[in-house]
Amino acid sequence: MNPLFERIREALAAQAGDCSVAHGILVLQVAPGAVLEVARRLKDDFRFDMFADVTAVDWLGQEPRFEVVWHFYSTAHKLRVRMKARVAEADPTVASLTALYGSAHFMERECHEMYGIVFAGNGDLRPILLYEGFKGHPLRKDYPKELEQPLVPYREGFEMPGRE
Amino acid sequence: MDLKLPNPVRPAFTRNERDDTTIVNIGPSHPATHGTIQIIAELDGERVLRADVHCGYLHRGFEKECEAHTWHNLIPYVDRLNYCSALINDFAYCAAVEALMDIEITPRARYLRTLLAEYSRVADHMTCIAAALMELGAMTAFLYMVTIRDYIYEHLADLTGARVTYSFGRIGGLARDLPDGWLKRLEEILVQSDDFLGRVHGLVDRNRIFIDRMRDVGRITTADAINYGYTGPILRSTGVPRDLRKDTPYLAYAELDFEVPTGIMGDNYDRYYVRMREIDESIHMIRQLVELLQDKGQGPIDVDDRRCVLPPKRLVYGEIESLINHFKLIMEGPQVPAGDVYVAHEGANGELGFYLVSTGGGMPYKVHCRAPSFVHMGGVHKMLEGYQLADIVPTFGSINMIGGECDR
Repeated sequence: MNPLFERIREALAAQAGDCSVAHGILVLQVAPGAVLEVARRLKDDFRFDMFADVTAVDWLGQEPRFEVVWHFYSTAHKLRVRMKARVAEADPTVASLTALYGSAHFMERECHEMYGIVFAGNGDLRPILLYEGFKGHPLRKDYPKELEQPLVPYREGFEMPGRE
Repeated sequence: MDLKLPNPVRPAFTRNERDDTTIVNIGPSHPATHGTIQIIAELDGERVLRADVHCGYLHRGFEKECEAHTWHNLIPYVDRLNYCSALINDFAYCAAVEALMDIEITPRARYLRTLLAEYSRVADHMTCIAAALMELGAMTAFLYMVTIRDYIYEHLADLTGARVTYSFGRIGGLARDLPDGWLKRLEEILVQSDDFLGRVHGLVDRNRIFIDRMRDVGRITTADAINYGYTGPILRSTGVPRDLRKDTPYLAYAELDFEVPTGIMGDNYDRYYVRMREIDESIHMIRQLVELLQDKGQGPIDVDDRRCVLPPKRLVYGEIESLINHFKLIMEGPQVPAGDVYVAHEGANGELGFYLVSTGGGMPYKVHCRAPSFVHMGGVHKMLEGYQLADIVPTFGSINMIGGECDR
């Protein structure tokens, strides 16, 4: 294992006990409550200065249902860290990283509308790729792919070709 | 019919900060915003005080649609993310699937993918610069650039059968090998592009109008750029030589000799110049790759792995095992082992990442694209605020926002 990864693993053993390296990326499994703390340590102590991505995976049928996945990159070490946290459907809340990274604003908005993950501390969770008034979270596995919510209603008598 | 339609966006601000300012709406139906971006701006005279950027008008459910296709069948969708350099998307996606399947592609495929990725980067940068120049009224420079770009498109059509969205990547290799004479024509185009790029340099580099519109406009500092997740030419224009091709070499980049051009000020002019220099470096790489292809890149383009590569037609029609293999790959898709992977390539406008989750079947459980344009839109207000309303056009042009990957 890369020496930096070893150091991170030792330093964050309390918050992220279960660490592994997969395809060259250090994977940290953290509790939802420790997200902000781990991200802050990664940024301040280990120079992971770039917040590259956040998304979620919907493990429908499992408990807790959602897995939020963050990717960080260090421009100094040229290494990546992935942080994962499982949250339940009843309370899909994790801390927002907007206090640490400007890029969190937009990416958390997308994850929020697509999966319904609530990023506590991000004051602006307006729809970003979808539109105001869109119902549901389309990337959840129980959202049917064919479901349409046209913002502009179809003309009277119009039927979408190929649809029942 | 009731014509009152709901507003698709909710502005971040509706009240003026002061009583002598105006709030205006720009786009999405505006040529300079590529028809997909809406900017709500508060103006003090001609100066932008604050800007609220909205995207999503080209959202088409890429990630949702991918979950209903086999690993191979979604390649045409991947093409349509960044349609100015579709091949880079193809190869980044295929590399991510190959990482999950633990496949190492053949040397010929590696060199060819690298060559085609750099060729696409040339076309992408030319499109960006041409459009940005045209928006400033430099029609001649625009025509020079798109002339070469069109040669490249036609040339890629000779190889792939399509001009813009090629669907040329395959898991484990490429769709087909080079046709006869392709490399000869490649060198002709590179020679011509040198000539045309020189003319563009001569037209605009020291042009008073161009410098006045570009220099010191749309500046972003290195700290802001990194904080907002900027990558690619925009980050490099602030002076950081951060390039995944150098930092975490993939494909054949470790074998190539190239520089990472950087800017100084992080303004529009630097972004223009970094892209122009990157075109030079890409052409330099393409010439090295042509030699590498001839020296070390002979052999098959597909790996010999029946989990993902279709058997040759001759065998499909001649023996039952290959027929079943072909059928299974088409109908059920390649069986990708369970797991997740994040693979990032240096796209033409920044870090293009694919986060894939497999549960072990022929279809992905999740395909997530980390699109540079989308992340860039999150910090674009930093480059607009404090400048003139008219500066939005060149600044936005120098960011190279691609609606396909931004809105997915």
